[in-house]
Amino acid sequence: MSEIVLDAVEVSRDFDVSKPWLQRVVSREPKRTLRAVDNVSFAISRGTTLSLVGESGCGKSTVARLAVGLYAPSGGEIRFEGQPLSAARAQAALRRRMNMIFQDPYASLNPRWRVRDIVAEPIRAFGLLTARDAITARVGELLTQVGLAPADGEKYPHEFSGGQRQRISIARALSSEPEFLVCDEPTSALDVSVQAQILNLMRDLQQRLGLTYLFISHNLAVVRHMSDRLGVMYLGRIVELGPGEDVFRTPRHPYTRLLLDAIPDLDMVGKSRTPVGGEVPSPIDPPSGCTFHPRCPLANDRCRREKPAHTKHGNVLVACHAVEEGRTA
Amino acid sequence: MPLLEVQNLTVEFPTRRGVLRALDGISFDINAGEVLGVVGESGAGKSLTGAAIIGLLEPPGRVAGGQILLNGSRIDNLSRDKLRPIRGKQIGAIFQDPLTTLNPLYSVGRQLVETIQTHLKLSDRDARERAVQWLEEVGIPAARQRIDAYPHEFSGGMRQRVVIALALCAEPRLVIADEPTTALDVSIQAQIIALLRGLTRDHGTSVMLVTHDMGVIAETADRVAVMYAGRIAEIGPVRDVVKHPAHPYTEGLMGSIPSLEHRVERLRQIDGAMPRLTAIPRGCAFNPRCPKVFDRCRNDRPELMEAGVTRAACWLYARGAAHV
Ligand SMILES: Nc1ncnc2c1ncn2[C@@H]1O[C@H](COP(=O)(O)OP(=O)(O)OP(=O)(O)O)[C@@H](O)[C@H]1O
Ligand SMILES: Nc1ncnc2c1ncn2[C@@H]1O[C@H](COP(=O)(O)OP(=O)(O)O)[C@@H](O)[C@H]1O
Ligand code: SF4
Ligand code: SF4
Ligand SMILES: [Mg+2]
Ligand SMILES: [Mg+2]
Repeated sequence: MSEIVLDAVEVSRDFDVSKPWLQRVVSREPKRTLRAVDNVSFAISRGTTLSLVGESGCGKSTVARLAVGLYAPSGGEIRFEGQPLSAARAQAALRRRMNMIFQDPYASLNPRWRVRDIVAEPIRAFGLLTARDAITARVGELLTQVGLAPADGEKYPHEFSGGQRQRISIARALSSEPEFLVCDEPTSALDVSVQAQILNLMRDLQQRLGLTYLFISHNLAVVRHMSDRLGVMYLGRIVELGPGEDVFRTPRHPYTRLLLDAIPDLDMVGKSRTPVGGEVPSPIDPPSGCTFHPRCPLANDRCRREKPAHTKHGNVLVACHAVEEGRTA
Repeated sequence: MPLLEVQNLTVEFPTRRGVLRALDGISFDINAGEVLGVVGESGAGKSLTGAAIIGLLEPPGRVAGGQILLNGSRIDNLSRDKLRPIRGKQIGAIFQDPLTTLNPLYSVGRQLVETIQTHLKLSDRDARERAVQWLEEVGIPAARQRIDAYPHEFSGGMRQRVVIALALCAEPRLVIADEPTTALDVSIQAQIIALLRGLTRDHGTSVMLVTHDMGVIAETADRVAVMYAGRIAEIGPVRDVVKHPAHPYTEGLMGSIPSLEHRVERLRQIDGAMPRLTAIPRGCAFNPRCPKVFDRCRNDRPELMEAGVTRAACWLYARGAAHV
């Protein structure tokens, strides 16, 4: 059995979305919470990629932030290499072994720092190296590793294109020598040709350095390319979770099917189809029972009443009454 | 005669450090009822092409050469006053962010009625009735009840539907849609594309669909133009450009898109990046990145030429050239 790097057990995260206190008291409104992540469980084995996919607002970034400890769970537990994440984060030796890459390569790099200082920052923060020469050499090595040149270290972020900036983010993320990287939409702001460069780079680095990824994207084709395992999220829940190939070959959950049907694909030249109607409802006031029921072609009374639990089908976990009852056809 | 003819269009930006040529000799046609897709990386010149056609280039940007003909008459040299009735009535526009098109201070009904009355002679009552019909046609539920709602009361997908209604309500011959679904989730994107395609088909409208999403183009367009560094690299029927690209750049672009159908170990990768306007290489602008580059490419600039079914700006297809 392979070793689990990150283990999330029934993790939830609530946000307080009430009006300001005074306003609330005056108008006598109750406190309101929004459940951004609802009872989510998954485990990631060393050297593999788990991807989470879903539409805007379904809770992907919140899971990403939970996974590196930027948010504390409101319920449930996250373990990093067997230890509770909060305990792991308290130890620098463990903390440096996880890092994060963000979507926006423009916003996530300090514009006033030279690239060499951006990349060296985690090295200094964790005291991995102290001699200046050693740091310079290491930064040069990291920049080379992500396809830039050591001389690029002298430049500032604005002198680089979007794809190059994302390479700098990756070099910075790698500089603390992490084993586990959370990548939140790392290529969503990039053109497809640049995206291909970055995805190839990420896979190369994974193979060379044995990295473990939690990879977040709304693009199913990208996710298919990157993942060993795949979780599909809808309104804060993982509705289907399993090996990527199984989920793509035999999507079981009606929402997974909808997503796969909705994606425009090169192979669709000249074909047409009927898109599913409706939109993702507000998570502040989610529908009863299965939250997908207002859009689901298979919804019935039970779906409107009862939240479906996960059931196992082959290697895949699915949260759907119709799948459980075998009435998906 | 094509509905729209763009001939040798050149757009320039005078700057302190000299003149930047953002579009350099672009030519293409759009026929009545046809959807022309325009793809390319960001900065390739897609939006500028659309803006030049509707006469909405932001100063100091200007058309520095070539001409644009609608129904055979030039529209690139018209004064603002002469252009205004054409915009809206003849050419409608849909942009990426619905909030830039919609006025937050007016109800969607008022905006629709105003646009309808600017271009069609209808009484207040009839215009309002027409507005309700359009909202219904773009799939706004309970349109009659919601016509007096303000843009912020709609979700992103619903707003984009309203924008489509606004672009189509004057019944233009041509719609320029610049990244109309880029800001939307995939399931909403699919709805909007189906809607746009259905409506334009029903009304015989031509569409110039600008997007960087090849999947959207594959499903929606009849023909596609691939832009690179301010020029058209390849243009042709969508099936041929997607499945049998002639230009090495198009080939690389198609290979770099991850597929839903089959998984590959590595994506095809075009190394390097598109050049900036200040550093466009001599000869073929793609030559420093092209796996098939040869001597001529570094000196002479290729124009679009026959390349099998499509047309490509590539010396591989010059008459008498040895095909690779
Ligand atoms: N700090 C916060 N305070 C209140 N609500 C929040 C906060 N962060 C996230 N949310 C809400 O939680 C839900 C999930 O948000 P999240 O950012 O995780 O979505 P996402 O799946 O990453 O979406 P996207 O694809 O748009 O990035 C959303 O409804 C969001 O509005
Ligand atoms: N106002 C402007 N001033 C100078 N250059 C501009 C301006 N607007 C656009 N450009 C340049 O023109 C080129 C094409 O831009 P655009 O048409 O917006 O690209 P696309 O829509 O394909 O992403 C880019 O290099 C861009 O930087
Ligand atoms: S539980 Fe019911 S509503 Fe939910 S996805 Fe399954 S069939 Fe549809
Ligand atoms: S003209 Fe030459 S460099 Fe340009 S695309 Fe064709 S082969 Fe490549
Ligand atoms: Mg997010
Ligand atoms: Mg653009």
